[in-house]
Amino acid sequence: MATELARTDVVVIGLGAVGGVAVLPLVNAGLNVIGLEAGGWMTTRDFAPDEIRNNIRDWPQAIPKAKNEIPTSRANINFEAIQGGGHPMMNGMGGTSLHYWAQSWRLSPWDFKTVSDTTRRYGAHRVPLDSTVEDWPLSYEDLEPYYDRVEYALGVSGNAGNIQGTLQGDGNRFEGPRSRAYPMPGLRSSGFTDMMSEAASQLGWHPFQGPAAINTEVYGNRPGCFYHGFCDRGGCHVAAKSSTAVTTIPEALKSGLLKVVTHARVLKIVNDDQGRVRGVEYLSGNQVLFQPADAVLLASHTYENTRLLLLSKSREFPAGLANNSGQVGQHYLSHHQGAPVTALFPKNLNNWYGLPAQGVAIDEWADDNFDHSDMQFIGGGNLWVHTDRKPIAAAKMPTFGLAPNWGPKWKAFISENADRTNSSYIQKTTLPYEGNYLDLDPFVKDKLGIPVIRITAEHRQNELRIAAFTQDRMEEWYRAAGAVQIIRAGLGAAMGPSTHAYGGTRMGDNPATNVTDRFGFAHEVKNLGVLGASVMGTSGARNPTLTAQALAWRTAEHLVANWDSITQ
Amino acid sequence: MNNKKKNAADDTEHGAATLLSRRNLLKGAGLTGAALMSAACSGPVISPASGAQASSARIHVTEAFETLTAAESAALDALASRILPSDDGTPGAHEARAVHFIDRGLTGAMAASREQYAVGLAALDAYATETGGNAFHSLPTSAQDAIIEAMTKNAILNFPMLNAGFFNTVRTHTIEGTFSDPYYGGNRDFVGWDLIAYPGVRAVASAEETRLGRDLAPSRQSAYDLPSYTKDLAVPTAAQQGGASNGH
Repeated sequence: MATELARTDVVVIGLGAVGGVAVLPLVNAGLNVIGLEAGGWMTTRDFAPDEIRNNIRDWPQAIPKAKNEIPTSRANINFEAIQGGGHPMMNGMGGTSLHYWAQSWRLSPWDFKTVSDTTRRYGAHRVPLDSTVEDWPLSYEDLEPYYDRVEYALGVSGNAGNIQGTLQGDGNRFEGPRSRAYPMPGLRSSGFTDMMSEAASQLGWHPFQGPAAINTEVYGNRPGCFYHGFCDRGGCHVAAKSSTAVTTIPEALKSGLLKVVTHARVLKIVNDDQGRVRGVEYLSGNQVLFQPADAVLLASHTYENTRLLLLSKSREFPAGLANNSGQVGQHYLSHHQGAPVTALFPKNLNNWYGLPAQGVAIDEWADDNFDHSDMQFIGGGNLWVHTDRKPIAAAKMPTFGLAPNWGPKWKAFISENADRTNSSYIQKTTLPYEGNYLDLDPFVKDKLGIPVIRITAEHRQNELRIAAFTQDRMEEWYRAAGAVQIIRAGLGAAMGPSTHAYGGTRMGDNPATNVTDRFGFAHEVKNLGVLGASVMGTSGARNPTLTAQALAWRTAEHLVANWDSITQ
Repeated sequence: MNNKKKNAADDTEHGAATLLSRRNLLKGAGLTGAALMSAACSGPVISPASGAQASSARIHVTEAFETLTAAESAALDALASRILPSDDGTPGAHEARAVHFIDRGLTGAMAASREQYAVGLAALDAYATETGGNAFHSLPTSAQDAIIEAMTKNAILNFPMLNAGFFNTVRTHTIEGTFSDPYYGGNRDFVGWDLIAYPGVRAVASAEETRLGRDLAPSRQSAYDLPSYTKDLAVPTAAQQGGASNGH
C-alpha cells in the first residue's frame, strides 16, 4: 500500500511549461506547493550543440517514462492503432519548455469566438458540420492580462503590433490589442530573413519577426541569445531560452514554499466519497507514496492529462476521474502544422546558424484576417520561414528531381546545394471533430503494464483546404524571393502524436460537452484544476505554449482567490 | 575528432583558452588549434590550416569494430562508399569512416537495427557471390552500383531482405556517420562538413556572420571540444538552482 506523506495545500503534477508557471502565483499567495515531476533537473551543461543527440536520437526527450508510454495512433476506427516513434512529451524540470522552439504567440481574438464570429460574418453553415467546436468560455480580452504576466515573468522577446489599439510599425498588425510592449525587442534578422522580408513586402504583405520566449538582451540574470543553432529539440546552452526551469520555477523556489520532487511518476489521482480529490499517488523508485493535498493541478502533457484521468477510476468515477460526462478524451486535435513547402534557391543562404524562432511571419492568411466569403474553409495559416540549418539535415535534403539520392551525382548535388534550401512552417487553424478522440489503448501497455493513450483522429476538409491554400501563398512568397524549385508535401491525413496536442479536457461552460469550466477546474471535481493545451478547444494558427501558460496562471490565480469555496 | 584525438589535446590548454579574451586568442595563435577552437567564441579566427595542423599532429589511432564482423564491415564500407563515393577525388563515406559511426551506433542507440545489418550484409555478399562470383566489396564498382540499383527497386527477388528499406537504413546511417559530430566516430577530420561547406559548431554566431555572401572559415571542432559540456564541473547543482533532490 501507498505510504502516506504529510499533507500540503496544492500538488502540481508536472513541472513543465504550464505547471512550472502555475507554481509562481501559488507561492506568491503563500500557499505550500509540492511539485511532482517525472524527470530530473538538467543544466546548460547538458545542452551541447549535437545534432545526433538532439535531433536524431531524441535526447533529452527519450528518457524512460515518456519513451515507454508513446501513444498509439490511427486515423479512424477502421484502422489498427500503431505505436509511433516518439513521445512528444518531455520528462524533466521545465518539460517541453526546455527543448521547444520557444515561439510565444498570443492567439488571435478570433480563435476565442470562432463559432459566433463565423456565424455573424458568413453564416452558421460555414462552421464545418462535423466539428464540435464551441466558442471559448473566455475572450482574448479576458486572457490579455495573463498573457502580459507570463511574457514578463518568463521573458518573451518580440515586436508589438498593436498596443491598446494603436498599430505599431514592425510587429503583427493583426494581433489583438496588448496592454504594453514586449519586455524585449524581437530576435534579430539574418541575411536570409531579410531576403524573405523584402520579397513579402514586394507582394504587399506585412512581414515581421515573431515573438519568442528567448532573451534578446540580458533579462534578469540570463543573457541574450547567442544564435548558435541547436535550439530545435535542444535546451539552451546559455539559458537564454526562457524555459520554466530557469525562470518561474527558480523564482517560486526562492519563497521556500515550493517543494520539488523529481523522478516522481504519478499513478493515480485519488478522490473521496464526496467527489473531491484528496491527493496523488506516485511511484518513486519502487515505492508507492501518497501525497495528500487540498487541491490538485494536473499539468502534464495533453496525452498524459487525459491518460491520468482515465486511469484514476473509483466508485464515484467508474469511467475515470471527472469523466461521468464521458467527455475526457473528447474534442482532441493535433495541430495541422505539416504540409510544408520546400524551396531551392540558386545561391547559398548562409543559414547554418540561428534558430527556428528567428524568422519571418506572414499573418495575412491566418485566422479571419482576410475575407472568407469565397473560400471553402474558415480560419487559415500563419506562414513562417526561419534560420537554422544543421549538417545531417542538410545532407538529407530533397533532390527536387534534379539528382538521384545516392552516388556521385547525389554527392555533387548536396555539395552544391546544402545551403540553398529552405522549408516553411505553416501552422493552421485546426478544429475538433466528431470521431476524433483520445482513449486508453485496449492492447498496448507501458512497462508498468498501464495502458498507453490511443489517438483516433484525422484532419478534415477544413484543414486540408487551408493547407492547399496556404501552400499556394507560400510558393508565391518563395518564388518572389527567387526560388527556382518548389516541392509541396502532401496535405496531411491522420492526426498523429504531436507536441501541439489539444483537447481531452476541454474548457467550457457546458458540463455536458466540456470537462473543465471557464477557469480550468473540473465541472465534476471542484478542487481539481487542469493546466495545458488539453483545455483548449481550438488551436489557432500559432504555437500553443504561451496561451497554455497564460491559462495556467489564470487557473492558479483563480484557485488563490477562491481557496475556501474550491477546497471546502 | 574521436576520443583518442581529443584525449591527446591538453586539458590545461582547453581550460585556459576559455579565460582568454578573443584578442588574446588571436595573439596566442601559437597554441594548438584544438585549444583555440575550444574557446567559447565563434568567428573566423580559425583558419582551415590550424585544423589540418592539429590532425597531422595525431599519430596512430587504434580503432576496433565493436560489433561488426570483418566481413560485415568490408561489405558495409563498400556499400557506404557507393552511396557517398570518393572516386571524384574528394573524401566520401569511406574517408569519413562512416562505418565506424554505424558500428558504434549498433552497440547502443541504433541497436534495434543490428539484426537488419546482420541479415542484409550477409545477403549482400551471398547475392554478390551468386551473381558476380565475389563478395560485394570485391566486385567492380559498376557491378556494385547495379546491385544497389536493384535493391532500391525491390527487384532482388531471391533475397527479399536486399530491398529499398535496407538500402534506406544504410543510406540514412551513412549520412549520419559522414555528417555528424566527429565525437561519434565518423566525419573524420571533418571531411563531411567540408563536403557541404558547413562552417562547424560554434558557441556564438554574430549578425555579421549570418549575412548573405559571407564565407565563414570552418571552426573544425567537435561540440565536445567546447569545455562547457565536458570539462567544466563548476555547474549549478539542482540544490543550487533551488530544487530539492529526489523524493522524501
